[in-house]
Amino acid sequence: VTTTADGTGSRTEIGAARRRKEDQRLITGRTRWTDNIQLPGMLHLAMVRSPFAHARITGIDAAAARQAPNVVAVLTGAEVAGEQGTMITAWPITPEQKTPDHPPIAVDRVAFAGEVVAVVVARSAAEARDAAELVEVDYDELPAALDLKEAAEDTVLAHPDLGTNRSATWQLDSAAQGSGGSVDETIEKARSEGIVLEREYRQQRLIPAFMEPRSVVCDPTGEQITLWSSTQVPHIVRFALAATTGVPESKIRVVAPDVGGGFGGKLAIIPEEWIAFLAARRLGRPVKWTETRSESLMAGHHGRDQWQRLTLAATKEGRVTGLKVDLLTDLGAYAALVGGGVPVLGAWMFNAIYKFDAYQFNVTPVYTNKTWVDAYRGAGRPEATYAIERLMDELAHEVGADPLELRERNWIKHDEFPFTTVAGMTYDSGNYEAATARAKELFGYDELRAEQQRRRESKDPVQLGIGISTFTEMCGLAPSRILGQLNYAAGGWEHADIRMLATGKVEVITGTSPHGQGHETAWSQIVADRLGVPFEDVEVLHGDTQVSHRGMDTYGSRSLVVGAEAVVRAADQVIEKARTVAAHLLEAAEDDLEFSAGRFTVQGTDQGVGIQEVALAAFTGHNLPDGAEPSIDGSATFDPDNFSFPHGTHLCAMEIDTETGASRMRKYVAVDDVGTIINPLIVAGQVHGGLVQGIAQALWEEAVHDESGTLVTASFVDYTLPTAADTISFDIDHTTSPATYTSLGTKGVGEAGTIASTPAVVNAVVDALRPMGVHDVPMPCTPERVFKAIRTAQAPVDPNAEAQPHFGAGTPNADPGAGTDEGGAQ
Amino acid sequence: VIPAPFDYVAPETVEDALQALAEAGDDAKVLAGGQSLLPVLRMRLNAPALVIDLGRIDALRGIRDEGEEVAVGAMTTYQALLDDPTVREHLLLLAKATETVADPQIRHRGTLGGSLAHADPAGDLGAPALALGATFVVTGPSGQRRVAGEDFFTGLFETAVGEDELLTEIRFPKHTGWGAHYEKFVRVSHQWSIVAVAATVRAEGGTIAEARVGLTNMGDRPLRATAVEEALTGAPASEDAVREAVAAVAEGTHPPSDLNGDADYRRSILPVLTRRAVLAAAGS
Repeated sequence: VTTTADGTGSRTEIGAARRRKEDQRLITGRTRWTDNIQLPGMLHLAMVRSPFAHARITGIDAAAARQAPNVVAVLTGAEVAGEQGTMITAWPITPEQKTPDHPPIAVDRVAFAGEVVAVVVARSAAEARDAAELVEVDYDELPAALDLKEAAEDTVLAHPDLGTNRSATWQLDSAAQGSGGSVDETIEKARSEGIVLEREYRQQRLIPAFMEPRSVVCDPTGEQITLWSSTQVPHIVRFALAATTGVPESKIRVVAPDVGGGFGGKLAIIPEEWIAFLAARRLGRPVKWTETRSESLMAGHHGRDQWQRLTLAATKEGRVTGLKVDLLTDLGAYAALVGGGVPVLGAWMFNAIYKFDAYQFNVTPVYTNKTWVDAYRGAGRPEATYAIERLMDELAHEVGADPLELRERNWIKHDEFPFTTVAGMTYDSGNYEAATARAKELFGYDELRAEQQRRRESKDPVQLGIGISTFTEMCGLAPSRILGQLNYAAGGWEHADIRMLATGKVEVITGTSPHGQGHETAWSQIVADRLGVPFEDVEVLHGDTQVSHRGMDTYGSRSLVVGAEAVVRAADQVIEKARTVAAHLLEAAEDDLEFSAGRFTVQGTDQGVGIQEVALAAFTGHNLPDGAEPSIDGSATFDPDNFSFPHGTHLCAMEIDTETGASRMRKYVAVDDVGTIINPLIVAGQVHGGLVQGIAQALWEEAVHDESGTLVTASFVDYTLPTAADTISFDIDHTTSPATYTSLGTKGVGEAGTIASTPAVVNAVVDALRPMGVHDVPMPCTPERVFKAIRTAQAPVDPNAEAQPHFGAGTPNADPGAGTDEGGAQ
Repeated sequence: VIPAPFDYVAPETVEDALQALAEAGDDAKVLAGGQSLLPVLRMRLNAPALVIDLGRIDALRGIRDEGEEVAVGAMTTYQALLDDPTVREHLLLLAKATETVADPQIRHRGTLGGSLAHADPAGDLGAPALALGATFVVTGPSGQRRVAGEDFFTGLFETAVGEDELLTEIRFPKHTGWGAHYEKFVRVSHQWSIVAVAATVRAEGGTIAEARVGLTNMGDRPLRATAVEEALTGAPASEDAVREAVAAVAEGTHPPSDLNGDADYRRSILPVLTRRAVLAAAGS
């Protein structure tokens, strides 16, 4: 037991690799998923969805469905247009943003394949599904805006009434805001005396693919209408329901029971929640909807989907002087909850850990007739990190420097913190040198470079590539003041309550809403240390707006950074209230009391009282100081002053089979600085899971639509999620530079692995193929794409080559890859 | 994931199953291990009036050593094939290919006959069956008939099994002492084969005395690469010789184009995979 710096408690729990207290229940099936809920008289919903990407609804004949066995109702958009509410976006990125109306059930037009056009309510889920097949919908198909670049040209309009597909244009310019110079001037200068790299990268569309499909139950029979939903954001759902349906907020209770993963995919308000709410109120009976996996892939929001045009200016020595970013991002059919704000979150991240003189970020979110796009693990930051880390490798190649050295020439040194970046963000702490040194050591960097050289020289059909990603991210969403400046509709604070029960047990109520992360365990560790009570005596309650009445929920690696800080402050309030009671019980002055390891003791004596005994004294109220209230409960709302900035160095070695294009991961090292670690086991779990999700973007996953706008990857046959069998054991470690804005010093770890790993893998793939003339492979780097990249690079594209026969294949001056022709031999 | 309503029967004899099939005609679907049919039903890609479950017909399960041949009942699961020493000793290629099928749960439910009768060109058992020269026993109202491997697969998801017939047994000539390898090319481990090559080789010293090669997902049905087999006969089991012998393996194939790769890509990597399969089967 060591005393913490502020002397208010003792530490045994923080830093302990405790197994998660929630897991025994979850893995033995004692669970409360939304779909497990069975209510008396409950009805079931089945959605009728549009098969067309863009069409006018000219008629719906539901007569046969209404007569089907045990069907209670069929609701169409036209019938409920006045009462169904509307889906809203919380982040119109400019005041002028064009935002189409988004009714939960389409009324007269559908804007993506999978949009709900009618809902069948029946006594069983099977009967609802059978009847849904009987609903006849007449459509007049309209031209669909599908390709992002074409949609940006407004050749076909996703929403004809808007007059354009471009929702808004948002810019951050370092010269305009005074955080740096003019990017155009630095580029101009570099064109004449330095290096200019112009690249275009594609962030493919991904699907969050959480384990538990989305599910909603609504019970309208009490004074409050209760909505259970498999969501990350019960508080936001409650607010938005009240704001759009006219039902008072006080009459709505939203519960997120056990939630099986989200990854941003459940940072959403979904039409099906609004439809369940509507159907339950109309019929006066509880209703349930649980999606199929295909519905989930098709109608749950997607992520990423950007074209990135990048211009990087540098000196000949490889010091980056400027970066200009132009993004086209696909919103899909509607502006989702965060919507266009997702790419905007990347605005502060393209400059990453580096010191640039000038920077400009431009983004234009565009509507298309495809599934709407919103947050997916990392949300804006992985896209930015990918671009800059790919560019730094390109620059290293251009300069002829080792890519780690090149980065070091540009990054912020550890003695320069706090450092205000060219984007205007102030990084409070970090140590890129330390993380990189540790990563190199774990990786065996020099040995793998030597092996790479040997394989290159021997023209081994299996080539080795080494990929680097020295990333940072901004977590701990978010200072409310900054959100206000960005036109975001809510704050970024978090709330916590601590109830000291009569029996000495402690209830911690958090406004965050865990869905697999392990908050119950981590929060218990924090409170056990702070209050000096046993870990087992702490219970964490969450996810029910009637229990947790104030909260901003869980996303953006915010829970531990913002939410746990509120918990700490509530605990400190408990201690201060308890101190007054304890002083009275001990007949001592408050100033003479010390609090340590859960006990108040009178300095210089052996007299003392435990905080759990004080809780009982407060409960009975028999012997309290005059004027004291009979409670030592605490309550706090915390609004952070800044974001937190985890960072790390990830190194990846990939083996590429040049004969088939197949790739195999050889080694992966992640050294992350996530600030103070509460529970290393949970952190390892977050890092491992995050890595796999980021690696999956690099190698496996892509949402593909066909030319009519139908999602082709609508099942796990075609949407190729990896499993444990496809990954390797990762080597992870940490350096620690505590965050300076919170008392815990935590920085957030939920997204780090995903943000860092994608560019590390692609850099490794490209590094393996560089001698063959390959400079890029679009994601996912499928065997076919790798194979074709090799072939294309080997094919003579330079017409002048014909005129230079002395540079023919096999001669010393030829492209070193030209001799490795086995892949093409047949 | 809720199928359209259907009737269900689970006969206990082949005769009763054939009877049910005759009565239902083309409104019926036959259920073996269900690893392909159930997803189809649950996604409502097919809505048969009747499902005939063969799971209770004990006579369709089992592996018998019949001297020159090994007879495998159509309802024998993948796992039963893997657990059987007769298969490993005499039909190593079948064991090697079966090992690569999906995951343990699927291998405990899915059946050899179900997979072959489903005739998915990306299924992993068709190419080994062709390479091993399997004979397919088909039973109908008028009794049994035997169909040679090259006549069994007739197209995409199509076989020689008639609407009133069942695939009841698969007979494999023993390949005792032959080396074998199934070179399966996938992006993620639980995927169907993008391309796969089934090779079994009888090596004498450093020479390939005989070779059999089957191709998965290189057309609308499993293929046997007879020209390659001939070219391999008598060739040294060396990298260069095998490379040359299999160079034309993609000729005349018409593989599909899909998200995993276009036809040209499949044809491009086929010689590489074939070379690797043959060399591994030859023990080199």
